[in-house]
Amino acid sequence: MTPNYGKELSAGAVLLIIAALLPFASDGYMLSIGVSIAMYTVLATSWALFSGPTHYISLATAAFFGVGTYVTGAGIDLLPYWVLLPLAALVGGVLAAVVGLATLRLSGVYFVIFTLGLAEMIRQCVTWFQNQQGHKGTYVLTDLTEAHIYWQLVGLAALVYLIGWLIQHSRLGFALRIIGDDEQVAAHSGINTSLSKVALFIVSGAVAAVVGAIIAPRYVYIEPAIAFNPMLSFQVVIMALLGGTGRLWGPLVGVIPFTFLWEVISASFPNQTTLLLGLSFLIIVYLLPKGFVGLLQKIRAKTGGFA
Amino acid sequence: MSVNVLSLRGATKRFGGLVAVDHIDFDVTEHQVMGLIGPNGSGKSTTLNLISGALTPTAGSISLRGARISGLPAQDIARKGVARTFQLVRLLASMSVLENVMAGAMFGHRRRGRHDAEHHAMEMLEKVGLGHVSHAPVGALTYIDTKRLELARALASDPQVLLLDEWLAGLNPTELEEGISLIKRLRDEGRTIVLVEHVMDAIRSLCDNCVVMSSGKKIAEGTPEQVLSDPEVIRAYLGDDDA
Ligand SMILES: Nc1ncnc2c1ncn2[C@@H]1O[C@H](COP(=O)(O)OP(=O)(O)OP(=O)(O)O)[C@@H](O)[C@H]1O
Ligand SMILES: [Mg+2]
Repeated sequence: MTPNYGKELSAGAVLLIIAALLPFASDGYMLSIGVSIAMYTVLATSWALFSGPTHYISLATAAFFGVGTYVTGAGIDLLPYWVLLPLAALVGGVLAAVVGLATLRLSGVYFVIFTLGLAEMIRQCVTWFQNQQGHKGTYVLTDLTEAHIYWQLVGLAALVYLIGWLIQHSRLGFALRIIGDDEQVAAHSGINTSLSKVALFIVSGAVAAVVGAIIAPRYVYIEPAIAFNPMLSFQVVIMALLGGTGRLWGPLVGVIPFTFLWEVISASFPNQTTLLLGLSFLIIVYLLPKGFVGLLQKIRAKTGGFA
Repeated sequence: MSVNVLSLRGATKRFGGLVAVDHIDFDVTEHQVMGLIGPNGSGKSTTLNLISGALTPTAGSISLRGARISGLPAQDIARKGVARTFQLVRLLASMSVLENVMAGAMFGHRRRGRHDAEHHAMEMLEKVGLGHVSHAPVGALTYIDTKRLELARALASDPQVLLLDEWLAGLNPTELEEGISLIKRLRDEGRTIVLVEHVMDAIRSLCDNCVVMSSGKKIAEGTPEQVLSDPEVIRAYLGDDDA
């Protein structure tokens, strides 16, 4: 708890500026990988804000992301683009609040299943609604370029890191660490455990919805199967666990190698992606239960360094 | 006139067919140390769980200074001023000794800011004799020190009532002596305590009053001398079909 705040914040700012320069260095393949990395970084980091301390595994990322995509899809012709992002945050946050209040009292397993079902349920609803209207998807036509999308995501990543950092240094952050260690002790110490968990779930839900809203123009044409792809939820979990949820920067360390690995997998084995995703999940959980963060701490402890 | 801090009226807990706590009534007055004793499985821990809100009573009511607390969630009861230790010690494993106590100091009956809480937590650690290990991880503590730490966390919330579930269990004779004198100091500070205990020496030297439970029911109440010489209590401890 030594106040090294200035150092942490300025290091973050420098890295951010470097990241923001990517579109000037490359506008083709590297930029598209950059968009993927930025997108997964935001999703995995905000996922870990909630799941890291609470140990609840949420598979609702695709639900929030999809809802955000459709906020842009449905609103782009009606509202100015910049209104859509906060609107997506609001819709994602409200959805997370409702789901959280209904399910966070459940034990872990039920929560996992419920969140997985949620994306599927919303997908079915959207599909049904669109069929009623007589079409299958929605066009999202804007003049936003890949670089614009990238910058928005980097900006959002900055915001997520800032929120995460503020939470870590707040009462809520301390309360969540206590909940993560022992929920019974937390409650008996006077902490409102469900409210604390819901608060973090709202943050992660709102952020994932904004990511969807930002990404929508990249798809040009969105349909439920793309927007609510359950694969996304699993990818986010794997990347966050690979990096480690014990530190704010942990998920990023998982996102970068995984994005490149995923590029290779989907290029070389386009028909086995699900299988390989499952395999990588098993390997990570067995070999690196606490991710790269945990591995690093272990090495430091073994070499007698400061952990 | 002494004020009733804690009152149980007909407090009952059923687990399926088993009535673990059966219509228990008792009052704890300000500054009193109340012993809750009885054979294994008689419902002592369950009674503490009902008071702290870990379990909700099936029937009956529990009130703190006249205001009903039964039915409230544990966090609300904690904020109103009930703090406890657990029969099997529960610590926050990923945190330092100091942070464990800060948990009680920040969110409990008296809510403090981080800075205040750290200062207060340090005082509580000194009080239980752990001031010198405040920055150690909890994994490094000896058994008695884990018990001390849990006590410090409970004290840090400035509770109106402190519930101790066999806090002295498992200590060796020297540690036991230290433990008893620590609780004696709390008593001399004027704390209101409910103490579940098997150690007879501790009961005799610490408790003002005792409630004896057997198979969920209250079978006796009075000073330690009175209840420990009560034939029904002796029978409960030695077993019914004793020759
Ligand atoms: N959560 C539970 N579910 C079902 N039965 C329970 C539960 N908790 C306690 N019991 C039962 O209730 C009875 C009373 O248990 P309790 O733990 O209150 O006893 P105790 O007096 O604290 O005993 P000990 O001295 O061994 O700690 C026991 O028969 C126990 O098996
Ligand atoms: Mg017990």
